[in-house]
Amino acid sequence: MPSVFRRWRWPLVALLISLLTLIPLAVIVLSSLTPDPVIWQHLLDYALPELLNNTLWLVLGVAAGVLLLGVPLAWLVAVYDFPGRKHFNWALMLPLAMPAYVMAFTQVGLFDFSGPVQTLLRAHFDNTRWFPPIRSTGGLVLVMSLAFYPYVYLLARNAFSTMGRRALEVGQTLGLSRSAGFWHIALPMARPWIMGGLILALMETLADFGTVSIFNFDAFTTAIYKAWFSLFSLDTAKQLASLLVALIFVMVVLEQYARGRRAYVQAGRAAPLPRLRLAGVRAWLASGYALLVLALAFVLPFGQLLVWSWGALEQEWNEALFGYALRSVTLSMMAALMIVSIALLLSYARRRDGGALVRLLARVATLGYAVPGTVLAVGIFVPIAWLDNVLIEQFFAGQDVTAVLKGTLAVMLLAYVSRFLAVGYSAVDAAMNRITRSQEEAARNLGYSGFALLRHVHLPLLQGGLLTGVLMVFVDVMKEMPITMMTRPFGWDTLAVRIYGLTSEGVFDQAALPAVVLVLVGLIPTLLLSRQKDVA
Amino acid sequence: MPDNGLLRSVTVNKKVLLASLLAVFAGSAAAEEIVVYSSRAEQLIKPLFDAYSKETGVAIKVISDKEGPLMERLKAEGSNSPADIFLTVDAGNLWKADDMGLFQPVKSAVLNGNIPANLRDPDNNWFGLSVRARTIFYNKNTVKPAQLASYEDLASPKWKGKLCLRSSKNVYNQSLVATMIADIGPVATERMVKGWVNNLATAPFGNDNAVLEAIAAGQCDVGMANTYYYGRIVAKNPAFPVSPFWANQAGKGTHVNVSGAGVVRYAKNVKGAVKLLEWLSSDKAQNMFADVNFEYPANPKVKADALVASWGNFKHNLINVKVAGSKQAEAVMLMDRVGYK
Repeated sequence: MPSVFRRWRWPLVALLISLLTLIPLAVIVLSSLTPDPVIWQHLLDYALPELLNNTLWLVLGVAAGVLLLGVPLAWLVAVYDFPGRKHFNWALMLPLAMPAYVMAFTQVGLFDFSGPVQTLLRAHFDNTRWFPPIRSTGGLVLVMSLAFYPYVYLLARNAFSTMGRRALEVGQTLGLSRSAGFWHIALPMARPWIMGGLILALMETLADFGTVSIFNFDAFTTAIYKAWFSLFSLDTAKQLASLLVALIFVMVVLEQYARGRRAYVQAGRAAPLPRLRLAGVRAWLASGYALLVLALAFVLPFGQLLVWSWGALEQEWNEALFGYALRSVTLSMMAALMIVSIALLLSYARRRDGGALVRLLARVATLGYAVPGTVLAVGIFVPIAWLDNVLIEQFFAGQDVTAVLKGTLAVMLLAYVSRFLAVGYSAVDAAMNRITRSQEEAARNLGYSGFALLRHVHLPLLQGGLLTGVLMVFVDVMKEMPITMMTRPFGWDTLAVRIYGLTSEGVFDQAALPAVVLVLVGLIPTLLLSRQKDVA
Repeated sequence: MPDNGLLRSVTVNKKVLLASLLAVFAGSAAAEEIVVYSSRAEQLIKPLFDAYSKETGVAIKVISDKEGPLMERLKAEGSNSPADIFLTVDAGNLWKADDMGLFQPVKSAVLNGNIPANLRDPDNNWFGLSVRARTIFYNKNTVKPAQLASYEDLASPKWKGKLCLRSSKNVYNQSLVATMIADIGPVATERMVKGWVNNLATAPFGNDNAVLEAIAAGQCDVGMANTYYYGRIVAKNPAFPVSPFWANQAGKGTHVNVSGAGVVRYAKNVKGAVKLLEWLSSDKAQNMFADVNFEYPANPKVKADALVASWGNFKHNLINVKVAGSKQAEAVMLMDRVGYK
């Protein structure tokens, strides 16, 4: 009996965790097996070809965008010294705190024909017909890249700074310059981190609805919502969503496969790499690039939000705002701690078992991030409501009881796990990769095993990854809307819920104040993290 | 069989124990309380509920979300839903909720007296509570009202490159087109929408505000929007260079839609829910309901807000707003066919 348990311990752990995602996914996929021929024919004729094309360009564009922004910035900050480096190091994380749809409505507000930039230009030129239109594929790619590059930046920076000096030193003794070292050593060694960040960014891109609808861009999610809200066919919406999830699953598995069995451990203890001081033009180019990205991705949109909030201050500034903020922080903190703990357990299970089953389960468990939020919210709520109905019939028949589990914080937190496990997992698992087998074996020879091994060996080595995970999950939960709206207990309105209420009526200027508070609150962990770890 | 009896009592005890454990979590509504699921923006409905609670002492709990998720929620909860009232915007959504069997009919002379027949469900499953007009807006500096006539006229080549529209994914446009299908038939409607698309000055916008701002900035001369978006802007900026024009006055009248509500099929507090709906249709509440968002009262005895009234009286299209739902899918497919994004 114990040996059977021993054999199946880690697959069981992985299965239990992945159930949180598997059940909602099953609800989405299985409840909608028969396609509605009329609607599908219509979508095939008038929607799908174009939106697949659109989605392809969007994904390619955002992939290129987040890599071009995230990786060079991470490299610069990790191994060079240039004016302002210390501040850029944390400031470049700031856009993470701004929801993509908020970024979208500020950027469109600023740069569209009727916005202040073009209005000002028209005062000096005859017209602004030459001005590139912000509401275009290019504009959307730019805005999404600015919103999502911090995932790549954070994880890549973590990789570059924990890589240890030895690898690069070996390169140097072989005559490689530092930039050649970047291409031949650092980049390949940081691959799991960069890919982890990229996959998160692409999952967000594919699951996004708010941003694309501000741009009125036809993406995959647009068709899902059209089928549901406009053609009144939730089944078609679920079928499309299943297709989307399948696509992403293939993408993730292919990446895993391409990575093969290479190991990415750290060569020697993470001695901080001495930073190379950039001088002259190169130093100013580095600062200039970082400043440009920071200005476009944060300073400008945040400035616009501040201007709008000032106008709506009287209307929106009240005690209720503190309540929203407090609940946002409480929920996000609880969710972040819970999700990162579960991610750690899952990553450890994968580490200890390493079999195909556990690897597959780990992949499935993190798919919730790629499902459009509102669809996932339904997938989560349906089984909970079903369970509630059964419980009420069993134990409260005839009584005035309408809810047992639904509307409790516990259920809400579990729902967050199924959405955000991917975020926590990619941070923790990337860090787990750095730990060598020999470190484990040494500890085992000292008599540590099982969870004691995790506690005494892995936990201390994983600190950076765990903190990164907590930060990313924290801000992501703060920004989340559909699941919060669907599962929150009575009265648990958060900043995101408030922002939704205002943006749904198109009053973006009133939504600005809660958005500013959301960004400011999101900054707290960002700043704490950067203080804690100005990693090499 | 004493063993069996013992066993049974143990099982029963287990059940009682579990039940009392669960009871810690189990939520049940207080008898008087009314639970509302609402997709009308919270800031536009909360003041009314607060006023009702103050007047009657009855507590109202609101869960706000988008209409789609709320309907799925009601469906999944079934007979154990805590909701008494479902409140939403757009007749299409009310029709859909009714179609899903989420409402129960309400027999109320008060509601039938206060709400005109075209603004409520013929089977009394839901009632419009405020009216929203979707009409034409023009730039005062470049367009004379005499140049304007109807929704159909916006398809005329004279507006080529001068029209701004909101996305076809927006339910208000879908309802407008659905009503046109009922009024002038699918063929003429398709021709009209195609004409709109040909006349576009720029890609369709994500919201009505953006359409109005674009007209003001001179990106286009004419467009369509719900009047309350305009009301919010001119309340802050009286110099806004855009005016409304009442569409189709020589024909069936300007397109109107509603926000409204019905009593949920498995409501626990039906009496309270009906009372609240009746109150919402009363003079006093109707004023607040409409004025908080520059909408028109659904109760014809109630006057609109002064700003709203300043835009003048107009002929409403009296077709039952229910067609916005029954013809919505058809309207969406039509718009897709002519490439209206």
